[in-house]
Amino acid sequence: MLKTFKRGGVHPAENKLSASSPIITAELPKVAAVPLGQHIGAPASPVVNKGDVVKVGQLLAQSSGFVSANIHSPFSGTIAKIEDTIDITGFSRPAIFINVEGDDWLETIDRTDILLAECNLSATEITSKVKEAGIVGLGGATFPSHIKLSVPPGKMANVLLINGVECEPYLTSDHRLMLEKGDEVIVGTQLLMKALSVSKAFIGIENNKPDAIQHLKALTKNYIGIEIVPLKVKYPQGGEKQLIKAVLNREVPSGALPIDVGVVVHNVGTAFAVYEAVQKNKPLIERIVTVTGKSVKTPSNFKVRIGTPATQLVEACGGVPEDTGKIVSGGPMMGKALKSLDIPVSKGVSGILLFNGKEAKRPIMEPCIRCGKCISVCPMGLEPYLLMTFSEKQMWESSEMSHTMDCMECGSCMYTCPANRPLLDYIRLSKSTVGQIIRTRKQ
Amino acid sequence: MNMTIIYTILSLSILGGISAVILYFVAQQFKVVEDPRIGEVESMLPGANCGGCGFPGCRNMAEQLVKAESMEGLNCPVSDASVMAGIATYLGFEATIQEPKVAVVRCNGTCEHRPKINTYDGANSCVIDAALYSGDTGCSFGCLGEGDCVAACKFGAMYMDPLTGLPVIIEDKCVACGACVKACPKHIIELRNKGKNSRRIYVSCINKDKGAVAKKACAVACIGCGKCVKVCPFEAITLANNLAYIDYNKCKLCRKCVVECPTNSIHEINFPPRKAAEAVMENHNENTIQTN
Repeated sequence: MLKTFKRGGVHPAENKLSASSPIITAELPKVAAVPLGQHIGAPASPVVNKGDVVKVGQLLAQSSGFVSANIHSPFSGTIAKIEDTIDITGFSRPAIFINVEGDDWLETIDRTDILLAECNLSATEITSKVKEAGIVGLGGATFPSHIKLSVPPGKMANVLLINGVECEPYLTSDHRLMLEKGDEVIVGTQLLMKALSVSKAFIGIENNKPDAIQHLKALTKNYIGIEIVPLKVKYPQGGEKQLIKAVLNREVPSGALPIDVGVVVHNVGTAFAVYEAVQKNKPLIERIVTVTGKSVKTPSNFKVRIGTPATQLVEACGGVPEDTGKIVSGGPMMGKALKSLDIPVSKGVSGILLFNGKEAKRPIMEPCIRCGKCISVCPMGLEPYLLMTFSEKQMWESSEMSHTMDCMECGSCMYTCPANRPLLDYIRLSKSTVGQIIRTRKQ
Repeated sequence: MNMTIIYTILSLSILGGISAVILYFVAQQFKVVEDPRIGEVESMLPGANCGGCGFPGCRNMAEQLVKAESMEGLNCPVSDASVMAGIATYLGFEATIQEPKVAVVRCNGTCEHRPKINTYDGANSCVIDAALYSGDTGCSFGCLGEGDCVAACKFGAMYMDPLTGLPVIIEDKCVACGACVKACPKHIIELRNKGKNSRRIYVSCINKDKGAVAKKACAVACIGCGKCVKVCPFEAITLANNLAYIDYNKCKLCRKCVVECPTNSIHEINFPPRKAAEAVMENHNENTIQTN
């Protein structure tokens, strides 16, 4: 029997429309906007000025805190301005605008496709290279990766987990990456193992990607300590805590991190980015983005430079379909609806999903019928209906007592609710308010 | 038989007596001395428990008043000046007269002025909307129209205008408790002095974008041109972050800025009809020309 996590979960229609379309390199835009806040934590502070000429791979903005990441130029050209623009978050935030001229790379970057499997660097050297390259978690959470690699004193990592689950419906960027860059992903995994000094790594892949499982299984025969684990298809298996439970059968306690049970989890995209940064000196300036939707002419996977306008990608797939009702960045379950398509692709964008009008419409909310379905599907064992009521009535203390902060915002409760209640909307509100209360209390 | 009744009465009486003595001593021991004035002051306060004074309820306010050494900083916005004056004389303080205030909605982005560029169909709550993104119009500062302020008002002084999609404050009912000010995640509502004859002038916009961006998003946005600042004879208007603000303490209600504003973002409330005012303005201009 295939492994999976035990508590809760749902199985939405997979709709992996772009699974068989190979990765296409997206064209360079004429003007690009590179946001300064592409990661969790403090936005990077710019080190270039208006009018400066930059090359591909040059540092644009420096990490400005413990939880922050460097940002490098994905294009060559002149800096047009540094100004606020609406980005993927839906808010107006600062970004560096570049007038793209040609494609002139820094000489230190190795642009060949030759696989470099050998690495003589030490663990700390790998971590500092990852930090320099501005690598963040490419699964969507965009947490700076070097922090996960520097294990805090007193704690020990003994297993590395690579997340190739891609449990979100529609998205296929990780799937294509594993198929086309399997070798690089495996070498990246080895580098991560070396950085953490662990001897065992697992790559978890859901069973709806049999080709990827087969491909990587064949490749890992030559490598010691890396094992492929096929998993039963269930959402949200890509969540850190769910993946750890599924693969290793270890439970991460409430309020704790994976490192507390000796595990570090990275996405396959991150493993690939680590390979490129360490072996090829290439900072994180590109990522794979799926553009998909039922009405999209040709659902595709693109290798995109960070800062490329999303409009351009959709145009390359045949333009915005007439019946489009909603455009989402990310997957349908955890993604965020976009205010407009004129936003730049940032490090956290795994897909652009175009819903037609019928799919996009939110059904009318009805009173809670106390069926308890939300409780049975919650992967964290929470009571979403109760958390929503607490949040509605602004009972923040009760929210905290009911562990609202443990919610991972997977949206399973809202997906399954027969009364169409906006459970997650209210839980998000209580999370942000309770989070603020906890922070002020600590001060 | 009779004896049984007598014994019962006797034993119960003795038990009652002993309990009374114990209760007396316990009461002496744990006596709470409370200032009788607290109750008196509380009965003078309106008893709305709205929290407008900054305390959870009227009782807490009364406690603070009795404890305090002067009336400074303690004011019940709900009750009128005579109530506070009465409390002040009762407690032997000098009454400080607080200018009556009223809540003001600083956004005029109706559907007509500020076209929608997308549809928000999430939960009906401004806080949730505001946490999600910058709103369903081009303006990322303006009213979201989900009515958190209306829900927060305990005095029925607010309603959503279905035509404009903006909240309206019923002046006569508004007690300036500030509940709506706290409820609005965009900080649009402000408590301003009610003014002479309830006349007020304020900038009905809080858009801090540059002029061109603001104007593109909303036809009646403040574009930060600074014309009003130049025309104001009392230096009551300040310009910061592309947004004008009228200090209600300095404003003398001359209305010069209202005429000057190119986007009509400065509003005048409860003034006589404009025609008469224009005539006055023209006369005034003629006079100045003549004197020159």
